[in-house]
Amino acid sequence: MAMISEEHNKEKLGFEETELRLGLPGGGGGIVNGDFGKNTNANGKRGYLETVNLKLNLSLKETEKGENLQKEKNLISCSNNAVKPPTKTQVVGWPPVRSFRKNVMAVQKSNSEEGVGGTATFVKVSMDGAPYLRKVDLNMYKSYQDLYGALGKMFSSFTMGKCDSQGMMDFMNESKLMDLLNGSDFVPTYEDKDGDWMLVGDVPWEMFVGSCKRLRIMKGTEAIGLAPRALEKCKYRS
Amino acid sequence: MAQSFPEDVLEHVFSFLNYDKDRNAVSLVCKSWYEIERLCRRRIFIGNCYAVSPEIVIRRFPDVRAVELKGKPHFADFNLVPEGWGGYVYPWIVSLARAYPWLEEIKLKRMVVTDESLELISKSFKNFKVLVLLSCEGFTTDGLASIAANCRNLRELDLGESEVEDLSGHWLSHFPDNCTSLVSLNISCLGSEVSFCALERLVARCPNLKTLRLNRAVPLEKLPNLLCRAPQLVELGTGAYSAEIQSDIFSNLAEAFLGCKQLKGLSGFWDVVPAYLPAMYSVCSRITSLNLSYATAQNPELVHFVSQCSNLQRLWVLDYIEDAGLEALAASCKDLHELRVFPSDPFDAEANVSLTEQGLVAVSEGCPKLQSVLYFCRQMSNAALVAIARSRPNMIRFRLCIIEPRAPDYLTLEPLDTGFGAIVENCKELRRLSMSGLLTDRVFEYIGTHAKKLEMLSIAFAGDSDLGLHHVLSGCESLRKLEIRDCPFGDKALLANATKLETMRSLWMSSCSVSFGACKLLGQKMPRLNVEVINERGPPDSGPESCPVEKLYVYRTIAGPRVDMPGFVWTMDEQVSSSLSRVTERRGD
Repeated sequence: MAMISEEHNKEKLGFEETELRLGLPGGGGGIVNGDFGKNTNANGKRGYLETVNLKLNLSLKETEKGENLQKEKNLISCSNNAVKPPTKTQVVGWPPVRSFRKNVMAVQKSNSEEGVGGTATFVKVSMDGAPYLRKVDLNMYKSYQDLYGALGKMFSSFTMGKCDSQGMMDFMNESKLMDLLNGSDFVPTYEDKDGDWMLVGDVPWEMFVGSCKRLRIMKGTEAIGLAPRALEKCKYRS
Repeated sequence: MAQSFPEDVLEHVFSFLNYDKDRNAVSLVCKSWYEIERLCRRRIFIGNCYAVSPEIVIRRFPDVRAVELKGKPHFADFNLVPEGWGGYVYPWIVSLARAYPWLEEIKLKRMVVTDESLELISKSFKNFKVLVLLSCEGFTTDGLASIAANCRNLRELDLGESEVEDLSGHWLSHFPDNCTSLVSLNISCLGSEVSFCALERLVARCPNLKTLRLNRAVPLEKLPNLLCRAPQLVELGTGAYSAEIQSDIFSNLAEAFLGCKQLKGLSGFWDVVPAYLPAMYSVCSRITSLNLSYATAQNPELVHFVSQCSNLQRLWVLDYIEDAGLEALAASCKDLHELRVFPSDPFDAEANVSLTEQGLVAVSEGCPKLQSVLYFCRQMSNAALVAIARSRPNMIRFRLCIIEPRAPDYLTLEPLDTGFGAIVENCKELRRLSMSGLLTDRVFEYIGTHAKKLEMLSIAFAGDSDLGLHHVLSGCESLRKLEIRDCPFGDKALLANATKLETMRSLWMSSCSVSFGACKLLGQKMPRLNVEVINERGPPDSGPESCPVEKLYVYRTIAGPRVDMPGFVWTMDEQVSSSLSRVTERRGD
């Protein structure tokens, strides 16, 4: 055992300093933190595999299992004649599909996953006072509540006024609406297909997704100018 | 007799020799031919950048105009080569810049290219014309900006499927207004938007532009603007092939394609909306090369489109084509010579599409010119392979990937030895073979016996013992590249065939049973080979000598061991047995 730790120190000196790392932050260094037999997760090399595996959507567990079994064989027994068959599910680099291809397919897949008609509905979202724009895929959400939740996370000072159970604004009650708009809360508005700016929540969710071209989160007081038009449109639609 | 011709006559004769093979043969005739040839060789191909050093190249060939270099081993494409392994082009560029001010072309594959390298290229070669970067990495769009800005006579810029750090699309605007020389532009791997105006103006002012491959960010609605300005295009890679379904977009597109009378090749088609495929019908009959391998369209639209291309020679497609689509292909595209079918969902054990060995058999039987195949599927049989072999004795490249490792013949549950045996026995011109499925040592016996013209062989999860490897190394006379993963091949076969390795470009073995001791021995025995052990878990000598190494890469070289190895690569040279620990400590300084 003593010999092993001596070797260990030796290689910690020489090996660590110069090896290239691609581990996740805090991934540690060297081979293993301790003895060879441990199949720990806490080392830079494993971190590299993690990084790669995440990118490739490979299941880390399966690969680790395979890798660790191999390592045990190599470092402890070293008497293997045959290579252990790989685990049924994902093996590194198999099937042999180039990373470039994997990445392109993954991007296309995620874009079309929630798609209505197979395409994504990305719209720009701006918030008054925020220094950046964001983009959201409206097809990722199933209701106004979902959308508000996501917007809230993106723009943390954004808070939504009260909505009914479906997230639709109760525009039929003019006084409620005026309360909301007079507050300092931010209010989500959107530009529809006709180029008009509307308050979000005035139409059923699916119709909104189909007609929304961009989103703007503005101060309640600024949105007041929209209210009469919004009410008009509501009346026209209902 | 050689002396009876004056040098300039010989030189003139040699100028007709374009293949390296021929030029190499000529230089072996006698000393004066060697001298004449070396002075007039203009194109250099280096299949392994570590096989030779820039200095050696420059010393022999003083006036080179085109250099092609390859870096990482092929299995790097599948993430088997760790980051930081090597393949840095910068030292080459530095030397080339000093020696060849008139260099015009640089083609790189699987190399690490930095912005520094790109800038150096753009500033060192006054007549620089062609830059091709295939599967490279390490550079950003800033490097591309240097190329655009400084290479006055740039004809070709092809970024292949490189990994580029995309800082902004602004780099394209660095092409000066008086740049009109572009013939080929491939930016399909870039993620960010380039300025469409700049692109449009660039396309408009380059009358010789023949190849244009756009990136995904170029919207379909804008494609007609480009096509109208470049009706002479021969190869087009579309951007995203999707838009809301609107008749004006469709008709603009159809009209623009109608104007492209020279178009022979199509690619791109990201996010494809099948309703827009018919906009290209006017060009289909002239199309010889079609890359739909990123197009997630399904049948019937997919096969309908492909069947319109009756003169198709090369088709790359996803397995959405299914057996039915391949049968239709076999009936309508009699000129087909290359087929590649990629998996739409490679990590799903269950088949998501109805694509089996039948599709490949149909194409092999129906397309008399088929010579190059890459096929991913989930089941295979010996009968199918035998049928393919018998129909297509003209096969040159055959790469079959059965997704499940070690999958047997699904009909008989036997190994696929007979099937692949039939391939090598019938296809006497076979140069490249990749195998998969359940395979025993027997298939390697067939390969060693019959595959005399085989140059590249890829093996995975196959074989029973060293005998398998021995058959290949001792039998395949033309073998240049051998790559093996997860096979029970070890020391005996490797050491017994050590001299064979000097006749090959390279050997890759990962997750096999080659011991550290054998690697050391090989390194000591064969000074003209670099024997490199890749062990990410630690130095190979930290366990007993009989411990298998993780990965082994052996290649012939006249440049000695390389000096740019990262910490997880060890070279087994003559001094290795006594100095591994010394080497390790030295690295610690």
